Amino acid sequence: MAQLTLVQAITAALAHEMERDDRVVCLGEDVGLNGGVFRVTEGLQKKFGPDRVIDTPLAESGIMGTAIGLAMAGMRPIPEIQFEGFLGPAYDQLTNHAARYRTRTRGAITVPMVVRVPVGGGIHAPELHSDSPEAIYAHTPGLKVVMPSTPFDAKGLLLAAIRDPDPVVFFEPKRVYRSFREEVPDGDYEVPIGQAKVVSEGTDITVVSWGAPVHDCLKALDTLPEDVSAELIDLRTIYPYDADTVAASVEKTGRCVVVCEAPRTASMASEIATMIQERCFLHLKAPVQRVTGFDTVMPYYKLELQYIPDAPRIAEAVTQTLAY
Amino acid sequence: MTTMAKDMHGAGAMKDQGPGKAQPAGTPASDLLPDQTLVKWLRDMLLIREFEMRCAQSYQQAKIGGFCHLYTGQEAVAVGTIASVEHDDPIVTAYRDHGHALARGMSPAACMAEMYGKVTGCAKGKGGSMHMFDRPNWLFGGHGIVGAQTPLGTGLAFAARYEWEVLGASVDGGPAKKKVSLAYLGDGALNQGALHEAMNLAGLYSIPVIYIVENNGYSMGTAIDRGTTMAHDLRKKADAYGIRGEIIDGFDVVSLYDHFKPVVDWCRAEQRPAFIDLKTYRYLGHSMSDPQKYRTKDEVEAFKGKDSIDALASRLMSADSPRAKKRGGPILDEAALQALQAEVREEVRRAVDEAEAAPTPDAAELYTDVFLNPQPNLSPSGDYTHGSRNPLL
Repeated sequence: MAQLTLVQAITAALAHEMERDDRVVCLGEDVGLNGGVFRVTEGLQKKFGPDRVIDTPLAESGIMGTAIGLAMAGMRPIPEIQFEGFLGPAYDQLTNHAARYRTRTRGAITVPMVVRVPVGGGIHAPELHSDSPEAIYAHTPGLKVVMPSTPFDAKGLLLAAIRDPDPVVFFEPKRVYRSFREEVPDGDYEVPIGQAKVVSEGTDITVVSWGAPVHDCLKALDTLPEDVSAELIDLRTIYPYDADTVAASVEKTGRCVVVCEAPRTASMASEIATMIQERCFLHLKAPVQRVTGFDTVMPYYKLELQYIPDAPRIAEAVTQTLAY
Repeated sequence: MTTMAKDMHGAGAMKDQGPGKAQPAGTPASDLLPDQTLVKWLRDMLLIREFEMRCAQSYQQAKIGGFCHLYTGQEAVAVGTIASVEHDDPIVTAYRDHGHALARGMSPAACMAEMYGKVTGCAKGKGGSMHMFDRPNWLFGGHGIVGAQTPLGTGLAFAARYEWEVLGASVDGGPAKKKVSLAYLGDGALNQGALHEAMNLAGLYSIPVIYIVENNGYSMGTAIDRGTTMAHDLRKKADAYGIRGEIIDGFDVVSLYDHFKPVVDWCRAEQRPAFIDLKTYRYLGHSMSDPQKYRTKDEVEAFKGKDSIDALASRLMSADSPRAKKRGGPILDEAALQALQAEVREEVRRAVDEAEAAPTPDAAELYTDVFLNPQPNLSPSGDYTHGSRNPLL
């Protein structure tokens, strides 16, 4: 066991799986010699050689398409796209190709590929480098979408994702990359795709979040009066998401606030609120609230902290929902 | 460090690009083939033409939906190029893909049923005309987005080279071997970004992918020189990426094979990419709804004058060819040709009958083959269900 940051946990997972399976290769812009824009692949090229940790030109469509070809032929490619905004040039390959081969070939060809993408704001980057587009990919049948919020989950989810037979978009919250350390086992373990985690149990209200805002939720819950018993759920997998865990919790508490960084309309928060009213209508004591970013382009860094839901906004929503 | 690893450092782009013009070295490659192979090529080309003709009929009768891009006129390209590679060399192509599927060995019944959207289709009737996939025959699909399949062809060849140089084993369990991939594209795709990204990667890393431009002169309704720079010598585009470029005539399948096969052999031996400007022509419109205002009927008729099926049939029926002289008479006579045509007509007729009789997919098929659900019963999308195998594939 070691105390690792989220970045180190991902590096450890990549090294672990490359050691175990020589069909795993990493490719992307500066992932080799330079160790990646966020240094996630630091040291891997030295260890595994340049034909397994591959520096590519700046060509996301080419990177994604080549990775899909590799995966179709039985490799386990892990392309890195430097920022979520750069998924744009690769969007065609990801959604029109990778997501659909299992369907198009009635299961004869699958694309076991993990697209690693740093996600979200809070690191003083401009838009295209701070967005939260997880709903777009959750809305793409054939893709699995995950977003760990802790180093432990990051390693376990990444190992599960690499071994998964389908394309997985693995969003890495930049804000959490180096924000704290926790115990991460040295050995092999998986965090199953599709399972949420109950971070703290409670009986009065359910708070659902994923990625970096999970930590803002923790801060917000700390500011509430002692007698408020809140249950915090970290979704971990955005799609296919763990509706049962969320619904079971809301049936118990009768109140729910969903928190995410993405623009509000048609966000995953909207999806979860809808699922709750469908499944838990008679249990609800208050409308489900969404605490989200706004339906605007992620602002430049001076305003980003107004955009991203912070602890006071989350606490306010929780208080209102409790008082309804 | 493996050769591949050295190429990963960019050495590939610095290499000599190999011969500049495809020349059959010494004995033409086709001289080594038995007569029966040439007859098989004729049969394959007849099959594709008949298949497309019946597709057009069924489409006009509104029995086939979606879109439909026919291969008529280009038969020699799929047949000649696919004959030049091994059965397990992977190939990808664009949406004018029925010819490649048939030439690769997909059963006409599976291909036609897919056109009809029936459960016996190669993709269970869920893909349609543009999505002919046949994994057992190493056909990794027709693709609907212009040019977007080209990086996939790069990746398929990359995997093969990796298996050969690094793993020493093939994904199917056998020993690794030196492979090439074929990535077909139309001349319209020459102007898509994905192709240039793919070619740069292939040149940079020295990936044994062969980009085959099926240059039929028109990107939809735009003549090539109205939309593409350097249309008179597309090899210049390959030059820019350090890739061997060739121009090959695609009208005579034997000559096509004689020029193309040596390129394949070179790419396989050297593990290097190539780019082929393969001259061809489509007799029909871009799709089924194309007024064809961009060309004259005379032009179409002129190209029909050098039809690839006619050319091969006359070659096989000639008494003066070296082959005929060697065996003491033509390879095919009129009766044998007619028998071949009748056989193909019957095969396609059966495929149409079977497609018409086959059931449409059950509504439950909407929920199969999407992804392997890791958490059954935990997700709003329900359990993962895997469709049943297609007996035709």
